[in-house]
Amino acid sequence: MKKRSIVPYGPQHPVLPEPIHLDLVIEDEKIVEAIPSIGFIHRGLESLAMKRDFNQMVYVAERVCGICSFGHGFGYCEAVEDIMKVEVPDRAKFLRTIWFELSRMHSHFLWLGLLADGFGFENLFYQCWRIREKILDVLELTTGGRVIFSVNKIGGVMKDITPEMAVAISEMLTSVKKELKQIVPIFMEDYSVRSRLEGVGVLTKEQAHTLGCAGPFARASGIGADMRTLGYGAYKELDFEIITSDKGDCYARCDVRIREIFQSIDLIRQALDKLPEGELAAAVKGNPNGESFIRIEQPRGEAVYYVKANGSPHLDRMRVRTPTFANLAGLCETLKGADYADVGLLILTIDPCISCTER
Amino acid sequence: MAEYINRIEEIDYHDLLEKSIEKKRQGYRLSQACAAYSGGKLELSYSFADDETLELVTFRLVIDKETEIISLSEVIPYAAFYENEMKELFGVNIQLIEPDYKNKLYRINTETPFVPKGE
Repeated sequence: MKKRSIVPYGPQHPVLPEPIHLDLVIEDEKIVEAIPSIGFIHRGLESLAMKRDFNQMVYVAERVCGICSFGHGFGYCEAVEDIMKVEVPDRAKFLRTIWFELSRMHSHFLWLGLLADGFGFENLFYQCWRIREKILDVLELTTGGRVIFSVNKIGGVMKDITPEMAVAISEMLTSVKKELKQIVPIFMEDYSVRSRLEGVGVLTKEQAHTLGCAGPFARASGIGADMRTLGYGAYKELDFEIITSDKGDCYARCDVRIREIFQSIDLIRQALDKLPEGELAAAVKGNPNGESFIRIEQPRGEAVYYVKANGSPHLDRMRVRTPTFANLAGLCETLKGADYADVGLLILTIDPCISCTER
Repeated sequence: MAEYINRIEEIDYHDLLEKSIEKKRQGYRLSQACAAYSGGKLELSYSFADDETLELVTFRLVIDKETEIISLSEVIPYAAFYENEMKELFGVNIQLIEPDYKNKLYRINTETPFVPKGE
């Protein structure tokens, strides 16, 4: 039997964007087992639901994470609106969808940049983040904020997109699409990049299902699940197809996310074309009383929002199950048998968000 | 909203393991598990999702805080993360979690911080 060693990895590591710790059991350079531990940035945000007004909790939900901020506010509002039977105006549904897809785009560009940095292609990393800035500029133009932009409220949204802003979004989409097309061949065709991604960290469809994986990580293994098909927001009004791959390796995860950026561009264009006139928010009276489970598709996958209310301004429970939490088991599986040198890339390819995970 | 089932089904805590195995055999995945305190009782919710029909079925267990719950981690390995969280934050008495982080999943210095004062 070969000698086994345990190598601690993280929570602070040059290639890790988020504080997760792994105890890697290795034989020579091969990973035999990975034991994760988290908990370095648990903030107890869910417990604030018992102390804050349910309207204030929108702001707390938005601060669960920086990158998925809009989605968290959106999911929480959907859950409360479901309990209170609030009919959100159509225009607000479309606006939410537009901002959500812009969030998905900037999240995926952020990830592409980190991936490029992870495999040592710094120029590509800067290109991805430079393109991402254009999306953030549009978010700032339309909401006043670049990452956490706080436009959701129970019953609708607080900001509008004017025709001039819609033109700016459309021009940005054209520009981003053109630039994305220029960098896609590097991710998908460059020999040295492919050598780091192809056949690395394979997770089969059966494994992804058995381990309860979510989002692009699962879809890259052939799982055809995307919560946008539930039809929340304006998604039921838009043409939408789930993007999957059947390879299940790092290359497939990259491929799925790149195609999802193109899809987001298309969805935003559709939403802008169909953006109806009308109110931004419905009137909300009283306090919520009841409970609801709501699922939405965050950039990293399925997120579950549970709200239990008792008729008072304070909630009994607000719970967020984030996609990274669901993907931890899948991550550990992909690490088994991997080379030690690929650990950083494998962690990156689930697009981990530990801030979300620990709340 | 598209038509899909999203329901909560109250079950006896003795039936949790059997019903969870049944859902697994039917092709569902454990989408989430969480705890809440309500009226001095613990409410546990185990949500199972079918990705083809988009159905979400949540098993609801209402138990006393001393009640022992058997872990699902032997049949659904990734349930261990949810169970460790419920145990650590709410003090749910879950037995035989594998791996059991022994209240160290989150590095916090407060024991069962989500238990309301006086419970």
